[in-house]
Parts: sequence; structure tokens; C-alpha cells
Amino acid sequence: MNIVVCVKQVPDTATERKLRSDDKTLDREAADGVVNELDEYAVEEALKLKEAHGGEVTVLTMGPGKATETIRKVLAMGADKAVHLSDDALHGSDALSTSYAMAQALKKIGFDLVVLGSESTDARTGVLAAMLAERLGVPQLTLANKVEVNGSAIAVQRLTDYGYDKVEASLPAVVSVVEKINEPRYPSFKGIMAAKKKPVETLGVADAEISADQVGLANAWSEVVDFAVAPPRAAGTVVKDEGDGGAKIAEFLASKKFV
Amino acid sequence: MTVDRLLPTPEAADLIELTREIADRELASRVDEHERAETYPEGLFTLLGDAGLLGLPYPEELGGGGQPYEVYLQVIEELAARWAAVAVACSVHTLACFPVAEYGTARQRERWLPDMLAGRLVGGYSLSEPQAGSDAGALRCKAEKVEGGYRISGNKAWITHGGIADFYALFARTAEGGRGISCFLAPGAADGLTFGRPEEKMGLHAVPTTTAHWEGAFLEDDRLLGAEGQGLQIAFSALDSGRLGIAACATGLAQAALDEAVAYAKERETFGKKIIDHQGLGFLLADMAAGVDVARATYLDAARRRDAGLPYSRQASVAKLVATDAAMKVTTDAVQVFGGYGYTREFRVERYMREAKIMQIFEGTNQIQRLVISRHLAR
Repeated sequence: MNIVVCVKQVPDTATERKLRSDDKTLDREAADGVVNELDEYAVEEALKLKEAHGGEVTVLTMGPGKATETIRKVLAMGADKAVHLSDDALHGSDALSTSYAMAQALKKIGFDLVVLGSESTDARTGVLAAMLAERLGVPQLTLANKVEVNGSAIAVQRLTDYGYDKVEASLPAVVSVVEKINEPRYPSFKGIMAAKKKPVETLGVADAEISADQVGLANAWSEVVDFAVAPPRAAGTVVKDEGDGGAKIAEFLASKKFV
Repeated sequence: MTVDRLLPTPEAADLIELTREIADRELASRVDEHERAETYPEGLFTLLGDAGLLGLPYPEELGGGGQPYEVYLQVIEELAARWAAVAVACSVHTLACFPVAEYGTARQRERWLPDMLAGRLVGGYSLSEPQAGSDAGALRCKAEKVEGGYRISGNKAWITHGGIADFYALFARTAEGGRGISCFLAPGAADGLTFGRPEEKMGLHAVPTTTAHWEGAFLEDDRLLGAEGQGLQIAFSALDSGRLGIAACATGLAQAALDEAVAYAKERETFGKKIIDHQGLGFLLADMAAGVDVARATYLDAARRRDAGLPYSRQASVAKLVATDAAMKVTTDAVQVFGGYGYTREFRVERYMREAKIMQIFEGTNQIQRLVISRHLAR
């Protein structure tokens, strides 16, 4: 099975994250880049599927040169090869144009299954899996809590607020995963060494047959108009229970229109 | 605080980064709970083995990581800064692999080392006996030659990972006298082998230390490592390397104590300023930092000599002596920095001080290290 796992380098959530003042895009220099956490679960699931069914795992990432760190990490976990979609023309792409560019790259790579995390910790749109599936004309199985492949059939448990849905489709398909699905492995020291020798192909927009007029900040359908630093959290209200604690809490909740 | 390390290769830097990630996520998060409850961290050594951290200083052809001691020891130091008991057990595992790797035949190495170096088999080291610690030559445990192998009988003591390890580097007597000791690769489970209940120790609570009782257990011929009578030589050459592991553990422990003390001293205020800004405390912290740096520099010097193929026995003893004495002093002073709080189990420095003490004792007491050093001087 030819599995492509899409990963994104995001700013470390443990550090201070900022937008750039000039073009209001993410300031990638301001924070350490790490693998988007949910994508690590996607990588783990891809590796497990490969171990169970054979085949190959290819990493696809779109991002600036710095994203090679993320590629190395995923290769160290056990992926076989990588494709790095990187071009200045892609800077500032929104979700729609990112999905277009990624879909073009995926068409070029070829796949039986595309696996990705259900959202990124920076943009948090959570729409890429669905958009990719539409653009590629294949089924989408999102928010997967469990994935089973049997020949060309794929079945997932799709996590919902009330339990899960069983969703079935046939390959090729796009799957997005949630963190309950598995426990991502650590890279091993041998894996880190081996990763240095694994092939990484870099694609520019022309290589992936991406029209430059459909990507980048200038062609984005969504625009960051303004942004502000989140205000510091205000001090909480302390309710002292003098026999009427319950009533006071109910009053508070009502005042906030929670009840 | 992250230690700014001088590393020989980019791969060593990657290895340290991997170690820190695992140590922060898997060790630092679990250590308090296990040390307090005195429970063994199930699965942790498998995880460290899978990551490739349990066979680092052995050749890649044998399944090891092919790393110089200079790098391997800094990995041990990083582990020790999060969890001393785990780092000590890793160092002992490396020590237990030494007789097979250095003295085993090609057949023995191929049979056992891949599983040992991958951490699928975890090792312990069994030299000491209740009446034979520093004077290892006084050991009495017997290995009696019988058809096809040896029958082992006697009592061993102070075994790190005792009762849990999958194999032990076992030293037993095949004849009388100093040249009558032989080295065996003993399985962790054998008919006629039982372990005492874990010692109630001052520290290193998460990994048990036990006695072992051999009552005629049979070991096949192939489990003899090196020649009959070569045991003490194997034991001492293994311990030269093992001592460096303990020096690295002590350095990591001291580093952790320093880090906690500095963080606290920057936060705690007395007489209207941070206590680190009182010269009396600032100088105490400065001495602690100097102690940690000296410990690290000393073990790295010995390691680099070993890596260069030079004699390093004396330097290893100096490193063990200096680093463990530094750990004792630094951890004691860290408690002082915390004042009354440092004497409570709410803060890790209390545990660090207890953990430091054993490091002056095991793998050759610091008196034995002085004996080694002075004998080198007397040559």
C-alpha cells in the first residue's frame, strides 16, 4: 500500500507564538518549529498500516526550508521517503490554496491512502482533509479514532460528540485522525541515523504543476484583517460558600447565560 | 537549564536531543510517583531499548550504537538529571553487557548481544557478596564443573535490578585463590536461583536491589565468558568502564540539584531581595556550579582517553571519586539553599541528597578509588 502522510511544521505551543506585523502571516522565525502534534498520530497510524499490510510511507510537507527538520523527524520515526513542497510563491496560502497545492503534489506522488492529523495547532481550521478529498475526487474519512484496511476497503470509527460513526469507503481515500487513535512512537537513534540517508525530493510550484496565480498571500480567499495580542486572563471570581454556595454559582452561570 | 554540551559529531547532537525529549516526557513525568511509592517503572526500559539507548557504546556490527564513551556518558548524565535510579540501571546494564562484548566468543556475542544491546534483555551485575564487597577476591559463590556445564551455589548481594533483570554477569569461584574466579552469563530465571526481598534503601527506590541465592542451578558450558580463572580480570576491566557511568550519573544528579537550587534562589526573597542576590547564597551556588563542571570535565577527560585507546583506569577512578563527592556536596548544599523546605519531601532536592550518598559507595567505594589512584602513583 502506498501511503502518503501529510505533516506540517508548526510553532511549538510551549513557546510564545506571533504573527508578523508586515504581512500578518505566522512568524516562523519567532518560535521553534515542531511537528504538528496530531500529525505525529497520523505518522504512527501510517507506519502501523505499513507494518500490517506492507508498502511504503511517504511524507509530504508544505513549508519553507526550515520544514526539513520536521521531515527528518518523521523519517526518523520510520517513514521511507519524503516530498517537500517548498516555494516562495506558496507563502501566505490559505486553507483553500494550500489544499490545491497539496492535492497537486499528491497527484504527482500517487497514493492509495492519504493520512493526516485532523487539525494543526497553529491555523486550526481543521478543513484540509475534506478539501484534499474533494480536490482529489476520493472519499474522505475524517476524525478517525480507528482505521482498518482490508484489501481495497477501508473502514474507520469516526469520533463524534456522542460516540462514533462507522464509515466505510474504498481506496484510494483520505483519512484524518484524532489523538485517541494511537500512541506515537519515539524515533530511535538508529532511525535518526537512517533518516539522513533517506530520499527527500523538493518540489517547487512548477514541478507540481501548481498555477502560481492560485496560491500565496495575494491569491488567498481569506484574509487576516487585523490581530491583537490576547488580553491577560482576568482574575476569577471567588464564591465563598456560606450555606448559599450553590445558589451563588447558579446566579453566576445565569449571569453569563450558561443556564 | 539545558547543559550546553561540546559534542564531537552532529549525530551525537541528535542523540542528546532524542535523549532529552524522552527523558523529559517519559522520565521527568514519572519519577516522583515511582520514587515515592517505591514501584518499578514497567515498560520504561523497553522504551529506552527501542530508542537505542541501551547499547550505545558497543559496535554497530553487534547491534550497538557505535558511540564513543564521551557521548554515551553524556546520555547517561542527561538521564540521571531526570531520574537517577533509571540512569544507574542503564549504566549497570551497559556494565553487564561488557563481559560478553569484550570477552565472549564470536558465537556467544552473536547469540546474546543483539537482544542485550537492543534492551530486549536487561542486565544486572553480580560480583558482590554479603562478606565480599570492596574485597571482591574474597567471594565464595561456587561454580562446580559438571558434565556439560557448571553448578552454581552460594549467595550474592547488592544486585541492581535483582530479580527483574533478564541476565546477570555473574562471578563465581571455579578454583581457590585470586585466579580461581570465573565470569558467567547467567539467565535471570533458572531452577535453583532465587532472589531476596528488595533492600529497604535510602534512595534509588524505583529500581530494586536484592540478594541472589544459588542452590545448585545449572549453567551450560557456553555461559562461561572468557577462560576459567579470568573472572577477576574481567570484573575489574568492566568496572573501569562502569565507574565512568557512575561518574556521569553523579554529574547528572548534581546538575539537577544545581538547577533546582538556582531556580528557587531566583524566586525566593529574604530581606527585600532574591536570595541569589545575597552574596552568601550566590557564592554557595557558584561553588555548586563549579563542582558540577569539574565533575563533568573529569569524567569526559577519562572517557576521551578511553575512546583514544589510552590507559584510563586511574582517570576513571579520579572521575568516580570527584564526581560522586561533588554530587554529595552539591545536593547537600541544594537542600541548604531551600532551607526548611529542602528538608521536606515536597521538593526534589531532599531526594537528590539521599540518592547522592550511594554513589560514593557502589561500584568501588571512594576509598577503593583512592586505593586504585595511589597504586598508580606508587608504580
